[in-house]
Amino acid sequence: MSDSRSCRDFVAPHIAVLPKSGIRYFFDLVNTMSGVISLGIGEPDFVSPWSVCEGTVYSLERGRTHYTSNLGLLSLRKAICDYVAEEFGVRYAPENECLVTVGVSEAFDLAIRAITSPGDEIIYHEPCYVSYATEIRMSHGVPVPVCTYEKNLFALDPADLEKAVTPRTRAIILNFPCNPTGAVLTDEQMRDIAKIAVKYDLAVIADHIYSELHYDDRPMHTVAALPGMRERTIFLHGFSKAFAMTGFRIGYACGPNSIVDAMMKIHQYAMLCAPTTAQYGAEEALKSARPDMQRMVAEYKGRRNVIVSRFNEMGLSCFNPQGAFYVFPNVTSTGLSSQDFAVKLLQSKRVAVVPGNAFGACGEGYVRCSYATSLEDIRTAMDRIAEFLDELKTEKA
Amino acid sequence: MKFEDRKYILNALVKNAKTTAADLAEQLGASEQEVAAEIADLEKQNIIRGYHALVNEDNLHEKPVKAIIEVRVRPEREGGFDRIARRLSNFPQVTALYLMSGGYDLMLEVRGADLNEVASFVSSKLATIDGVLSTGTHFLLKKYKESGVMLLEEEHDERLKIVP
Ligand SMILES: Cc1ncc(COP(=O)(O)O)c(C=O)c1O
Repeated sequence: MSDSRSCRDFVAPHIAVLPKSGIRYFFDLVNTMSGVISLGIGEPDFVSPWSVCEGTVYSLERGRTHYTSNLGLLSLRKAICDYVAEEFGVRYAPENECLVTVGVSEAFDLAIRAITSPGDEIIYHEPCYVSYATEIRMSHGVPVPVCTYEKNLFALDPADLEKAVTPRTRAIILNFPCNPTGAVLTDEQMRDIAKIAVKYDLAVIADHIYSELHYDDRPMHTVAALPGMRERTIFLHGFSKAFAMTGFRIGYACGPNSIVDAMMKIHQYAMLCAPTTAQYGAEEALKSARPDMQRMVAEYKGRRNVIVSRFNEMGLSCFNPQGAFYVFPNVTSTGLSSQDFAVKLLQSKRVAVVPGNAFGACGEGYVRCSYATSLEDIRTAMDRIAEFLDELKTEKA
Repeated sequence: MKFEDRKYILNALVKNAKTTAADLAEQLGASEQEVAAEIADLEKQNIIRGYHALVNEDNLHEKPVKAIIEVRVRPEREGGFDRIARRLSNFPQVTALYLMSGGYDLMLEVRGADLNEVASFVSSKLATIDGVLSTGTHFLLKKYKESGVMLLEEEHDERLKIVP
């Protein structure tokens, strides 16, 4: 007792008040149980493509075990800039507009730290990835969530966004396809959001980590490609999701030189450079693993179709998300809160889902289910959830 | 049906021939009848030629013996290698037969109950056939991968149970 008291005294107040991730409690609970099918895993079930693993090992055999440039391997940055130009239609200079980071996680952290002064407001859409609000607070910024709704397919409504803008607003965070909803933006919504960013002179942090995982037959798009946007957008992307390389921990940031330079300064002092071995793996991914990625995307799409139709059949309304590997069914018809639904389901049927409120208050009434797991497990989990709903109904009657 | 959907069906069946039309229909957001019709069409066009169980003989009580045999043959003036290849295919011991580029002409995969059976197939049948110039027999010792399936791999998922 006295020990933890004396430790706690050293902790800075703005860190002490940060909540632990809402997922944490649930994680601990799941870990006490066996035989659980987890739909709570936000990372691919596929192992990294073999060509990537092999290329990584080859870099070690050649003795490529030293620091790289602070920005990352130039050859990797060139490959990244070509990829972004080809797939997203925005050209960045590998020499000074692209920074290789430790996952999008670090890139996001750098972006927030580079642009936020104490008291600056940063707008983001909710429900959203668990790090956004806390990252902003760690930089003494003010997180400003804007709710998204099932009736809008969880897209960010430009009108709602504009209402949240104040003279202190510094930036907008966009994450589409979205974790946890799987939502995407239409071209028109993206255009309207871009206009707001230009009108109020705001920066945009675009988290593209799920971009390749989209199931509407159209090319990938980014807000950075729209008029007036390149100079104010920090384009964040990485290898974790599309290439199934979460453990490699490689991401990147592209943007105008002034911002990338500022992010580079922080990265240089805090990180020196991203892990060299993993950078070689990432380079190999862009060179040879795109067919693997396409195969995985096709498989995710099949699983999404199964999980969405099963949820709707069993009477939990579930909109058909066009991206990422999450569905976000509405559980309000059960009369349970997200948290109670998830805990009861886990305890009675051993299926783990993540309560929607872990992703912000307006995720209440929903649960996040990841379909980055085998079809067989998805089907078993859906059978168990259907049983659970039946039992709830008889309980109530 | 769209080209990608057809490809999806084919990939799924190559991976698991027991995947049902109903399962595939759910994955594609199509009707079961549509998928069944597509599979029937793939069969009719001889694109799908059969459905087989992938057997790991190591786990069987009686273990058959397999050999790869390299065969050099004299091609015929008319018909080249086809006639002799067809003739060899008729032997039930021959489970696969390919025409090869390189140092020999035909590659046979041969199966027998034991070493003797394969050896006697080679010496009394294969080597005596008119047109067969030489054979080289390689017995299979251990199977690691077949038809894209790793036979030694154990399934494991070391991911954390909940990840944001
Ligand atoms: C929206 C979002 N951004 C960023 C990340 C972090 O990705 P990385 O592995 O590149 O750090 C995740 C991971 O779950 C995510 O869902």
